[in-house]
Amino acid sequence: MNSEELDKIVEEEKRSRQSLEHEICVCVAAGCLSAHSEDVKAVLEKEVKQHGLGHQCKVKGVGCLGLCASGPLIAVEGGEKRTLYCNVTAQDAPEIVGALGKEPVKRLQLPESIPFFSRQRKLVLENCGRIDPERIEEYIGVGGYSALQKSLNEMRPTEVIEQITRSGLRGRGGAGYPTGLKWSTVSKAVGSRKFVVCNADEGDPGAFMDRTILASDPQKVIEGMIIAAYAVGASEGFIYVRAEYPLAIKRLKTAIHQAERLGLLGKNILGTTFSLSIELRLGAGAFVCGEETALIASIEGKRGTPRPRPPYPAESGLWKSPTLINNVETFAHVPKIILEGGDWYARLGTAKSKGTKMFALAGRVKNTGLIEVPMGINLREIIYEIGGIPEGHRFKAVQTGGPSGGCIPEQHLNTPVDYESLTKLGSIMGSGGMVVMDETSCIVDVAKFFIEFCMSESCGKCIPCRVGVTQMHDLLCKITDGAATMDDLALLEELCDVVRNTSLCGLGQTAPNPILSTLQYFRDEYIAHIEKKACPAGICKISGSEKESA
Amino acid sequence: MRRHGYQPNALIETLHSVQECFGYLEKTSLRYVALTLRVPLSRVYGVATFYHFFALKPTGKHVCVVCMGTACYIRGAQGLLAEIGQSAHVKPGETSVDGQVSLITARCLGSCGLAPNAVFDGEVAGRLTRSDVHQRVKGWLGQ
Repeated sequence: MNSEELDKIVEEEKRSRQSLEHEICVCVAAGCLSAHSEDVKAVLEKEVKQHGLGHQCKVKGVGCLGLCASGPLIAVEGGEKRTLYCNVTAQDAPEIVGALGKEPVKRLQLPESIPFFSRQRKLVLENCGRIDPERIEEYIGVGGYSALQKSLNEMRPTEVIEQITRSGLRGRGGAGYPTGLKWSTVSKAVGSRKFVVCNADEGDPGAFMDRTILASDPQKVIEGMIIAAYAVGASEGFIYVRAEYPLAIKRLKTAIHQAERLGLLGKNILGTTFSLSIELRLGAGAFVCGEETALIASIEGKRGTPRPRPPYPAESGLWKSPTLINNVETFAHVPKIILEGGDWYARLGTAKSKGTKMFALAGRVKNTGLIEVPMGINLREIIYEIGGIPEGHRFKAVQTGGPSGGCIPEQHLNTPVDYESLTKLGSIMGSGGMVVMDETSCIVDVAKFFIEFCMSESCGKCIPCRVGVTQMHDLLCKITDGAATMDDLALLEELCDVVRNTSLCGLGQTAPNPILSTLQYFRDEYIAHIEKKACPAGICKISGSEKESA
Repeated sequence: MRRHGYQPNALIETLHSVQECFGYLEKTSLRYVALTLRVPLSRVYGVATFYHFFALKPTGKHVCVVCMGTACYIRGAQGLLAEIGQSAHVKPGETSVDGQVSLITARCLGSCGLAPNAVFDGEVAGRLTRSDVHQRVKGWLGQ
């Protein structure tokens, strides 16, 4: 494949799209699939055929349309118009096909002017819900791989890194390390073999950004990886993905295979001397493998236990060679930055956090789903306008950053979303899970939930994490059982401090965050459990308390 | 194993294939993997027990996976777990004595928008209530 052939595919795709009057896009991402969108798609196809519209109308599966709460979602595209339908069932299919080219079906229609859509800014998700994730031609048709073409033909590796540095992009895995700096370290590292690794071990419960990108637009991540490999001089790549995501794995396999077939992966990419192979490696259910040194051990076929840093993977990673590890979302930002330029990207966001960030909005909100917003938007806008609190309920706290994050209460909702502000509140940006809680959740119980998670996911290598977190869990159990004293609370706080400062890797260092942040904002709830032996939310079963769990 | 060129570093991939074929990792297959990949059996066992995804015991006739991710937890996954446990006489992480139902908890299924979720014999179901899961399990047990 060379650049002319790539352009030819773009032309062909354009022609075949122009010959269609309508396209019915059915969401086949994880959320809608579990609401049986495959059945809806099958019936729609049958209806289109029966109406004799086979030549003018195409039914296709697309990636995530965002509003998972109202799935299955479908989008009907015709000319300039785009109509979104929600909660579609197989019985609705004839009506939808009948309405093609006429007035849309009002009772199913979802206006795209609602804040859920209008407040978002989609860069990474721009193709999600528009292209078929299992056809590379569609990705190329909407401009895919033109960033790779530009990098290979017009830019030197140092110029690619320069653009990434200028964009101000920071690691989207949670820690926020500047991506350009990481790339330039790896490119300067000495080694005959270099690797790029895509971290798709999204272990945070309540986070589903990475799997959604991989299942909705896998080629974008692959393109980002190829550009990164070119920039740092790597010739071998790995994507480490959780085995719990069968859908993402299937689509990634297809995507890699198709890219290889077109010569976008393999030897002499786009007719240049640059070569890269990408292999898929499956995780096996260990949260700690999201930590980069543990992830490397796991790719090498060992138990996923972290090791002390330095040396950092940028200098000594996979098989002791320089290795670039970035998160799925980070790679997905790359093509856009190359196309539009680093300065363009840097105009979005705040002074220190640039661009957009995806969040998985879940919990007690009306509009659960996947969103992408510019950095600097405040939490209130996300939760009240995009999410929406159900009537009759009161917002209590929002949990960000998964098990390493914290709970943020009402009084801090005007905080802008960026790496530093969230850290200041005792939480973290994390990979982007955002779970909203209302008055029906007990804060102590939630803290216990996360500590239990960290307890079972601790790899057991270092003592503060292995033993400390277990002790923290026991103390929390004592509190929720109503058997604790104020001394226990003091002990818990002391323990948090020790575990935070002495653990080997990020898992242990951040494990106390859920306790510390809830103690900071909801101390009275802890005290109610200890002194009044009562759970204000009625979740914890304290003997003698009248309220029982729902 | 051939696909990965008998590379010792493909241990996890190999164990995935074994589990896919046999449903779980039997002792004899672990020995075979160790021998063929030239990896000490202790390391194979270490890897197999380290990762949650690998099962060293066979599962029951029906498998129910309840999502215990944050979103599902907030929306009452605990109740679902208790309900299934009562209906099928099984504890989380175990298989019922009659070998009918295995109850497993998952960290997150990724359908947080439809919480609480569970997987019944490979089929994902969302927005579940206690009575939903009760009926599913009773259906399995033919009651």
